[in-house]
Amino acid sequence: MNGESAARDGKGFLGTRAGQALATNWAAFFLVLMLITFSLTGRNFLSIVNFQNVVHLQTVPLLLAIAETFVIITGGIDLSVGFVMGLASVGAAKLMQLFLASGLTPGLSIALSMLIVLAGSLVPGLVNGIVITKFKVPPFIATMGMFGIANGLALRISQGYPMIGLPDVLPKIGNSYLLYVRPGDFVSFFAKPENFPDNRVRELLRLIPLSLPFILIVIAALAFTLRRGRFGRHTYALGGSMDASIRSGIAVDAHLVKVYVLSSALAGLAGLFNIFQTGIGNYTTFNAQYEFFAVAAVVVGGASLAGGKGRIWSSVVGVLVLAFLENGLAISGVKPFYRYIAVGVLLVVAVVIDKLFPDMR
Amino acid sequence: MDYLLETRNITKRFGGLTAVDRVSIGLRAGEALAVLGDNGAGKSTLIKIISGVHKPDEGEIFIGGKPARIDSPMDALAAGIETIYQDLALAENLDVGANIFLGRERMKRSLGILKVLDDQAMREEAQKVLDRLDIHIPSLKKTIRTLSGGQRQAVAISRSIYWDAKVLIMDEPTAALGVAEQKKVLNLVRTLKDQGIGIIIISHQMYDVFEVADRLAVMRRGVLVGERIVKETNPDEVVGLIVGSETVGKER
Amino acid sequence: MSDKTASVPAAGQRGKSLASTLGKSWVLIFLLLETVYFCFRSEGFANPNSLQIMLFYGVLVFLLATAELFVIVTGGIDLSVGYVLGFASIISIKVIEKLTGMGLDPGLALLLGVAATLVVGLIPGLINGWLVAYLKVPPFIATFAMVGVCHGISELIINGVYAMGLPKLASDIGSGHMLYIAPGGALSLFQKPVVERGVSVLEIVPNIVVVTAVVVAIFAFLLSRTKFGRHVYAIGGNMDAAERAGIPVKRRILGVYATSSFLASLAGVVYAFMYVSGKADAGASLLLDSIAAVVIGGASLFGGSGTVGRTMVGALIIAVLDLGLRMSGTPTFDKYILVGVILILAVIMERYMQERA
Ligand SMILES: Nc1ncnc2c1ncn2[C@@H]1O[C@H](COP(=O)(O)OP(=O)(O)OP(=O)(O)O)[C@@H](O)[C@H]1O
Ligand SMILES: [Mg+2]
Repeated sequence: MNGESAARDGKGFLGTRAGQALATNWAAFFLVLMLITFSLTGRNFLSIVNFQNVVHLQTVPLLLAIAETFVIITGGIDLSVGFVMGLASVGAAKLMQLFLASGLTPGLSIALSMLIVLAGSLVPGLVNGIVITKFKVPPFIATMGMFGIANGLALRISQGYPMIGLPDVLPKIGNSYLLYVRPGDFVSFFAKPENFPDNRVRELLRLIPLSLPFILIVIAALAFTLRRGRFGRHTYALGGSMDASIRSGIAVDAHLVKVYVLSSALAGLAGLFNIFQTGIGNYTTFNAQYEFFAVAAVVVGGASLAGGKGRIWSSVVGVLVLAFLENGLAISGVKPFYRYIAVGVLLVVAVVIDKLFPDMR
Repeated sequence: MDYLLETRNITKRFGGLTAVDRVSIGLRAGEALAVLGDNGAGKSTLIKIISGVHKPDEGEIFIGGKPARIDSPMDALAAGIETIYQDLALAENLDVGANIFLGRERMKRSLGILKVLDDQAMREEAQKVLDRLDIHIPSLKKTIRTLSGGQRQAVAISRSIYWDAKVLIMDEPTAALGVAEQKKVLNLVRTLKDQGIGIIIISHQMYDVFEVADRLAVMRRGVLVGERIVKETNPDEVVGLIVGSETVGKER
Repeated sequence: MSDKTASVPAAGQRGKSLASTLGKSWVLIFLLLETVYFCFRSEGFANPNSLQIMLFYGVLVFLLATAELFVIVTGGIDLSVGYVLGFASIISIKVIEKLTGMGLDPGLALLLGVAATLVVGLIPGLINGWLVAYLKVPPFIATFAMVGVCHGISELIINGVYAMGLPKLASDIGSGHMLYIAPGGALSLFQKPVVERGVSVLEIVPNIVVVTAVVVAIFAFLLSRTKFGRHVYAIGGNMDAAERAGIPVKRRILGVYATSSFLASLAGVVYAFMYVSGKADAGASLLLDSIAAVVIGGASLFGGSGTVGRTMVGALIIAVLDLGLRMSGTPTFDKYILVGVILILAVIMERYMQERA
């Protein structure tokens, strides 16, 4: 029978190759469309400064979304990433305060705190993973428990206040640029020239926030691992069919533990990025909902909560869609509250589109 | 032809695949018709159409000689067509009574105004129908989860009988059962036939077919490739029909 | 007990049945131990009045946990209850403010305002239910999207601050009691008697606790004794079976999410009356508590199990923890940690008990 053409007829344009491509990458198309629209509606939207800002401010959401991507591909979910991020941030701040008070140099305090926090941020993931695999607690509950625990610990450490008194170099490093250019005059790397006055730094063309290459390296490395590495292959296998994975000899439990550890390690890294960018230790408030926005970005990027599906770069697109939606609406003078609504609507649209075109990635 | 249930030229397509291709079969009261065919032949799809789960793309269904509209499972149930699916379709978290009355719960008035579930009555009725079919289940308060495969099958059958099935469709009724339980189910089928119920059985087990069926219909790749009276055929011929080495009979 | 039955069970059997009854009611035992612990740990906790206070501060979790239970029994999840609560707290205040502004009698304004809020409060649930049942959007996504929508609309209404302006009658009801006993034994219903300064009046049973108890009882009845409730369990147990048995699955799911958001809105109204203010994220931190209550109460997130009674035990465990920690001077931070730990332990415990049974 002429099944193929029948199937095409059934779906009209969306049955064609171009239609398929559009449907598969609709988030990317939507992103482009949004960029064009906001360039027209917002006066300062289309500018290097604005784009750099958006990307810079999205390092934390990007890291969390990447963490969530791995977990979601296995068919799980990690609700603890937001509060683990907050815990890492206040934990690092507390350690820096302690080290500084004990007479260590700022540089050493920062370095030591970072190391300890990165190592420590493996713990929530390890606990999540063990609770999920050994005690068969559903990921939703296990990580929701960790959500409470990390939140309580973070509040305990910070006593519910932002933690200040950290080395000044933190935000200087965190918010510095790769290039400082004064057109026709000079180009300087990493910092403005010593002799250039502080109050005129805005006259300089600052290019490539330091966070950008950092985050690109992380993204690229993890995207490679997921698409090309054995670790990634097993991650997809788990989400596709747990049964098949077990029977083909994958150490399923061990792998799942690793995935949750990776997730919380990335959340810890996000906490460090946060402290470098803001210069203070921030506990996470309930209504920040980092974990939910991370899941949302991953879903907008086309992953399925049922598992087996998802890509790092797609999740990155998902984060950017949400970010530019917020930024563009703000610049176009729309009240910030509309963005919550917009995100909600977008999320549902993403899933409905996904339902219409299963089996595409 | 006094068919209880009849399909005429039923066709069902999934995208480009024609799962059921112009199939016409008929079933009389008190008769067991076996539908056979290899995996993917379209047997389950055919019965899903009869029981209202799928809508056919073409063709008609007649009940008692009159054209019937079966657009939903409810329509099929209302017409007296009960189906026992491969997966039995029981709610494992509920008890036997609740399952037999699922979707058609028995209610009672409490305090004169409030309508509440009458679990007591549902259990008593369940016991009656189980007794009628000579099925023993230790406690009707137990959830389905705690029952054996055969017991579950029996509960599913009792449910259909309780609701006055005229036609009972069974998709692989013995597939997941032990030998003793298989025998019981086949006995049950005979009891039902004697009560005048028409039965369609899908099975891969040749033994079942020759044990209880009166007629058989063989499907291959969606097409009905032959019909036989069980007494006038033998397993070899049937296997030939199923795999297609011997294409005889009603080829279309 | 077993001694009275005709057939005396063997010792081993009796041991097993004891273990299994203990297993089934381990949450109750835990609640008991927890209460005893705080009686020793926190000064002033061992006092009948603490019970009232505990229930008073627990009402929001009782209501939200009941809401969440309906959804969880179907195998879904409702992340939006907290923000629906916030949304409803704002709507109720705004409507009541409008009505009293129009010169309506405060009592009537309250009544109408609450009724209007409860009707409006159905909308998020109807949308959630429609998305989940008809468009097959996963509950997690649909209800999280609703979080955004409720959050956004709430903030738009109040412009990012608080909603205020309830008549005094509202706070009288919200923090009032059913019965007051003035020194000397003068009883008065609903109305706090006027006494001299420094004289303390015995206050018995907060109004909102009574309202909550009645509502929870009604919904417990709905879930356990009615056709709707039976269908909800069937859907959670085996959606296909429910469908084939002719249960209108989609309509029921719609009903479940509507129920959930109705209860969350009611919690919003109660919040408004308790705190005489409304804000968008009023219920944000209650999501963990309400899901935890349901799960500690033994419901499975895969659906098909859970009862209102056991969910209330779960909610009481959290409420006792909350008050006990407060009264022992421990910062509330510790509550989150403990709820998280108990949540995970509860699931492990439940599974262990099931395997033993
Ligand atoms: N819902 C559906 N969507 C798409 N294709 C389907 C659907 N249901 C069945 N099919 C296809 O239709 C064909 C017939 O399937 P059906 O289940 O009717 O076979 P069957 O004879 O019952 O096989 P089995 O003996 O394995 O149960 C198969 O190729 C199957 O893949
Ligand atoms: Mg089949």
